[in-house]
Amino acid sequence: MSAVFAWLAEPLSYPFMVRGLVAALIVGVVCPVLGTYVVLRGMAFFGDALAHIILPGVVIAYLLGLPLVTGALVVGILAALGVGAISRRTDIKEDAAIGVIFAGAFALGIALLSAQRSYAVDLAHILFGNLLGVSEGDLALTAALGIIVLLTVLAFYKEFLVLSFDPVLAVTLRLPVGLLQNLLLVLIAVVIVVSIQSVGVALVLAMLVTPAAAAYLLTHRLPWMMAAGSAIGGASAIVGLYASYYLDIASGPAIVLAETVVFLAVFLARGRLKPS
Amino acid sequence: MILPPDRNASDEARPPERLSRPVPHSTIRPPDHDPQAPSIQVEGLSVRFNGSDVLYEVSFALGAGQRLAVVGPNGAGKTTLFRVLAGLLRPADGHVRIFGHGPGGDTCIAYVPQRSQLDLTFPVTAAEVVMMGRIREIGMLRWPGRADWRAVHQALERVGLTESAGRPIGELSGGQQQRVFLAQALAQEAELVLLDEPFTGLDFPSVESLFQILDELQASGVTEIISTHDLNLASERFAQVLLINRRLIAAGPPSQVLTQANLVAAYGGHIHRLPEGDGVLIVTDTCCEGDEAA
Repeated sequence: MSAVFAWLAEPLSYPFMVRGLVAALIVGVVCPVLGTYVVLRGMAFFGDALAHIILPGVVIAYLLGLPLVTGALVVGILAALGVGAISRRTDIKEDAAIGVIFAGAFALGIALLSAQRSYAVDLAHILFGNLLGVSEGDLALTAALGIIVLLTVLAFYKEFLVLSFDPVLAVTLRLPVGLLQNLLLVLIAVVIVVSIQSVGVALVLAMLVTPAAAAYLLTHRLPWMMAAGSAIGGASAIVGLYASYYLDIASGPAIVLAETVVFLAVFLARGRLKPS
Repeated sequence: MILPPDRNASDEARPPERLSRPVPHSTIRPPDHDPQAPSIQVEGLSVRFNGSDVLYEVSFALGAGQRLAVVGPNGAGKTTLFRVLAGLLRPADGHVRIFGHGPGGDTCIAYVPQRSQLDLTFPVTAAEVVMMGRIREIGMLRWPGRADWRAVHQALERVGLTESAGRPIGELSGGQQQRVFLAQALAQEAELVLLDEPFTGLDFPSVESLFQILDELQASGVTEIISTHDLNLASERFAQVLLINRRLIAAGPPSQVLTQANLVAAYGGHIHRLPEGDGVLIVTDTCCEGDEAA
């Protein structure tokens, strides 16, 4: 018994592991709440694109010493406007317009980063995360943003529900549809920025989509789907970080692999678990 | 259906007993919302997509508390008409007045699109779908209270779905889903209900139970506009029919609208005429659902 306890306690004797674990837990719990909307509305491609699009914003903010979130939000909003302008003014469909902006913005981010001397390390951190490099300031910001995102979802729960299920009803009820739509996109962008530190641009989609998709196989009630997704995300964060410590593998991919294993387990057990 | 064009004039001419009608009351109607005005006045309505007319100079009027069937072949512009009335689409030309003001200025309109337009695998229960009709009333940053849930359950009771309140919408039958959306309109306190092809794919008992609810709604003063490709239903169950094919072919009681000449004008070669009994015509359009969303 004490051996198990020691096994569990050992990584926590390092303060950077404790900070990393708390950051991963916050991200693991918050992401699936918004991921639920991403899964239900078929926005997975959009989420992945957004993660890449905000890269130049993150890099510029990083170089200027500003909070990364501000740079990401500015670029995210500009990109959304750009996508809208292209698909409105031409016959190009929205996914192709997103593709153009997505790849171009990502290239710009990498180009800006490559001018730096610490290019290789920075690139690896941005692509795959740097959970063990979470500072106390990062942790405070992650916690604050996580709470803001959850409170906002709670405050606009019924509006987001209508917007996702029946956008036509949202219009006929004269809700501020454009505003709500943009608010949801901003929340997704915030969550992505917060997650980049943990799992990186390349894997952030998994944090949004995988636990929420697993939860969708378990329940057909929206609040339960959010709760189950958060539970899976939080548990995967812990399991992934321990796996990373003891198996000596990168922490971001370890967390994503834990989530993927949960998804596959639920998928394979689905015959016996009927969604209620 | 001759209605006075000026709603102020019509107010004064209105007999007082109309006021005793159980008009659904709401606090969020715009100040110019006038439940005594004709539900709908459409004049010279034209809608264009990519330079071609989807609707051209359509005019009609409908008094409050009436039920209108909108019929016409696929691509006739039925869904487009509904989207204009619901305020989702801006017409290229013409005037639309709903309870005395422009479309989209009021939440008294409940628009139920064709079922194929909604993702029915979405994880919501019947009660939650009905609640959606009330969220404007509840207001931003607030959660539904006990009174709201009571209204939801009353609405579900009126459509006979009390026991299905907690079931996911996707598990209900097509007829039950239509009743859930009618309950949503009740919860919304809608005074004008637009139903796009609600009978498509429903069996006879489901159609009957839908009409029972529609009759009750109409009796309480709600105006109903319903599109259908079932001309038998239109002629038997509706007092007013609007026959369109991009332009207005005819409007009025079914006996005057669904004549052979009008039907040929609307349906052209796609018409099937079967003489039956004492010379009644059954006309079936070769329609199918879902492809008229434009």
